[in-house]
Amino acid sequence: MARKLPHVDVVLVGFGWTAAILAQELTDEGLTVLAIERGAWRDTPTDFPPTVAPDELRWYWRKEMFQNNARDTITFRNNRSQTALPMRRWGSFLPGEGVGGASVHWNGQTWRFLPSDFIAASHNRERYGELPEGMTVQDFGVTYAELEPHFDRFEKLCGIGGKAGNLNGQIQDGGNPFEGPRSSEYPNPPMHMTFAQHQFAKATAELGLKPFPGPSANMSRPYTNPLGCQLGPCSYCGFCEKYGCGNYSKASVQTTILPVLIQKPNFTLKTHNEVLHVNLDKSRTRATGVRHVDVQGNEYDQPADLVILCAYQTNNTRLMMLSGIGEIYNPATGQGLVGKNYCYQIMSSADVFFEDKYTNEFAGAGALGMVVDEYNGDNFDHSGLGFIGGGYIANWTTNARPIESQPVPEGTPSWGSAWKKAMAENFLKATSVGAHGASMAYANNYLDLDPTYKDAYGRPLMRMTYDFTPNDVAMSAFLTERMKEIAERMGGREIKLNLRDGPYDSMPYQTTHNTGGTIMGTNPSNSVVNRYLQSWDVPNLFVMGAGVFPQNAGYNPTGTVAALTYWAAAAIRSQYLRSPGPLVQA
Amino acid sequence: MAGWKLSRRGFLTSTLITTTALLVPGAFARTISGEVPWLPGRANLPPAYPDLRFFTTAERSCIDAIIARLIPTDETGAGAREAGVTDFIDSQLAGFYGKGERWYMQGPFADEKLDTQGYQSEQPPAQLYRDAIEALDAHCEQTLGSVFARLEENQQDEILKRLEEGDLELDGVSAKAFFDLVLENTIEGFFSDPIYGGNRDMVGWKLVGFPGARYDYRDYLDHNGEPVILEPVGLKGRPAWTPA
Repeated sequence: MARKLPHVDVVLVGFGWTAAILAQELTDEGLTVLAIERGAWRDTPTDFPPTVAPDELRWYWRKEMFQNNARDTITFRNNRSQTALPMRRWGSFLPGEGVGGASVHWNGQTWRFLPSDFIAASHNRERYGELPEGMTVQDFGVTYAELEPHFDRFEKLCGIGGKAGNLNGQIQDGGNPFEGPRSSEYPNPPMHMTFAQHQFAKATAELGLKPFPGPSANMSRPYTNPLGCQLGPCSYCGFCEKYGCGNYSKASVQTTILPVLIQKPNFTLKTHNEVLHVNLDKSRTRATGVRHVDVQGNEYDQPADLVILCAYQTNNTRLMMLSGIGEIYNPATGQGLVGKNYCYQIMSSADVFFEDKYTNEFAGAGALGMVVDEYNGDNFDHSGLGFIGGGYIANWTTNARPIESQPVPEGTPSWGSAWKKAMAENFLKATSVGAHGASMAYANNYLDLDPTYKDAYGRPLMRMTYDFTPNDVAMSAFLTERMKEIAERMGGREIKLNLRDGPYDSMPYQTTHNTGGTIMGTNPSNSVVNRYLQSWDVPNLFVMGAGVFPQNAGYNPTGTVAALTYWAAAAIRSQYLRSPGPLVQA
Repeated sequence: MAGWKLSRRGFLTSTLITTTALLVPGAFARTISGEVPWLPGRANLPPAYPDLRFFTTAERSCIDAIIARLIPTDETGAGAREAGVTDFIDSQLAGFYGKGERWYMQGPFADEKLDTQGYQSEQPPAQLYRDAIEALDAHCEQTLGSVFARLEENQQDEILKRLEEGDLELDGVSAKAFFDLVLENTIEGFFSDPIYGGNRDMVGWKLVGFPGARYDYRDYLDHNGEPVILEPVGLKGRPAWTPA
């Protein structure tokens, strides 16, 4: 029997980036806000000081930073004819858990999607004709221009280091000339580049491309954000992605919002409490709150006027399914929308091995890199290429952590004396160029509930059915060729190409950039949430995160996730609270 | 907040603490408001127990022989044996990792799996080692007349290659899953922080030139392709810092 708790105005499910942003915005509005997080409390001095953070075995290989697979995981198969089996441990992607969510363990590569990415369906149709059979790409329902002020706010919250390429329509030297117009310069200068980035910049410039510094949430200098939170300068320790930062130099919930938010009398955070489902009233068109359970197994009903799902993309999608909100997508009939348009990312890379030059990549940072954007989105003419979309090509020096980083030349065996010798000779003398490819939605890639496997509470696991698509394989082959031209010019002795073609493998780490499942759009027949991330079915329920992307662009998603969150928060503050109800008429 | 501190202390003193992980301040359901619940002198310590053991003597000698071939002692220097990789694996298997405590280990377990579906063995890591070592030694005795550890190095390499390629069937256990796990754990033991019992004297880090847990490289960013050679440092410093 669930115990009924006192009412709050807003309940947030999960406590990562999106929940922290919303909590800050909605407590400013005077609302009482409760965030419910299933993982642990975490703070910098206790959980990731410099004497604890740089521990490769513990945080990544023993997965202490991530969602506990023993309690809940995802089943996976490449296509519908196969039987999905549980991911018994994380591999290809790493959903976060605990206070701060993935903001604790991201690299900090902070992008804005291109203006054309938000209108991918209409833009590509207009330029290249009908989309191919089975491709279910659609427009976001919100434009870059509408999101611009919100991108700007997040970049200032985080102290992003970079160089503008387009200031109010004026193209700037040294920045990304393809980006949408920005209203102001980045709040901090770019990161301090090293040898590998210099080689990449030289090679790309020789090819007539326009290299620019990757936008970074690792601080290039000390920074105080608009909330008054102070961040320290990055020390280039090489432990960003998969690790917490001990220097307060990576933008995270802990470093940018929490110190201010936690002091507010109208904000409360519950940890080690898992939301089981959203409670609905009899009409099933109004959320009355959430049911949650603590680690001792006690269940609670938390009443609230407004419920906002802020968990990871896969978990938000599953909560919608477990709460019976909307219809689960069925690829056989095309009916249903929850779980539709699951997308990911297609990555390929080229390792460059130098003969007598050292890259010393242990001195790195999550978003230390140089990038070219000529082959992203619709920045180039796709006529006759047989695909839409693209990706950025970059040389990041994120780390050289030796369990994970094993740069050995083509043909090296995976063990024995030859492997050992290759590691000894190349570990300090290699770098990598990577292509960060988009992922287009297709009818046969989707999420639903598994018929067999259950979580710790006996509820069905999420089932993922996914493979690389014809569009993405053709796109990746094209990007890989461009990347190869760059890598070959970087002055190395040899290169090694790491291609990505099918079938998609759920185990080697690729990116934690899972998207779709609760997609946004222009009307209830094509989307789960409207342009303000509000459920079409249950108007006092909002859904945040990359699950709302109708397809994934050739960038890391966090910047766009955060901009959409600020956009939704603004709509709630300025419109919804005055007149609670649908913000878009169906 | 004062109430929380008191009740938490009460909980700690009345609970049998078996691992350092339980000392983590955030291990219980909590309601937090008003201030950051940080306590001085309280760090989230690593789950390191380098002296715990799982293997029998026979199992230990088999694994010791395998890891010595995976990362051999040779002209490039010390290998997995000197690095203490056998001890590392032994203690890891004795702890939460060996029991698969953070892996999803509910059935059903499929007879057939796709290459893209990862680990699907019914055994958690420690039991997989146990079953595979028994089957491997039985196979070696049957076909080559002695257990794996007593074979010639070239015979051992041949067997390991066949395990890697999935060309050798072991009774009741996936040979490929076993090989992949041993290789992964061997590399972990060679390169992880010495607090876990492997990478002894930081031989793995020294081999490749990794400086360890130094945490600040700002002085070296303008290396411009020249070597940056630094003595490695672990989470607990390095031996030279401890007076004899």
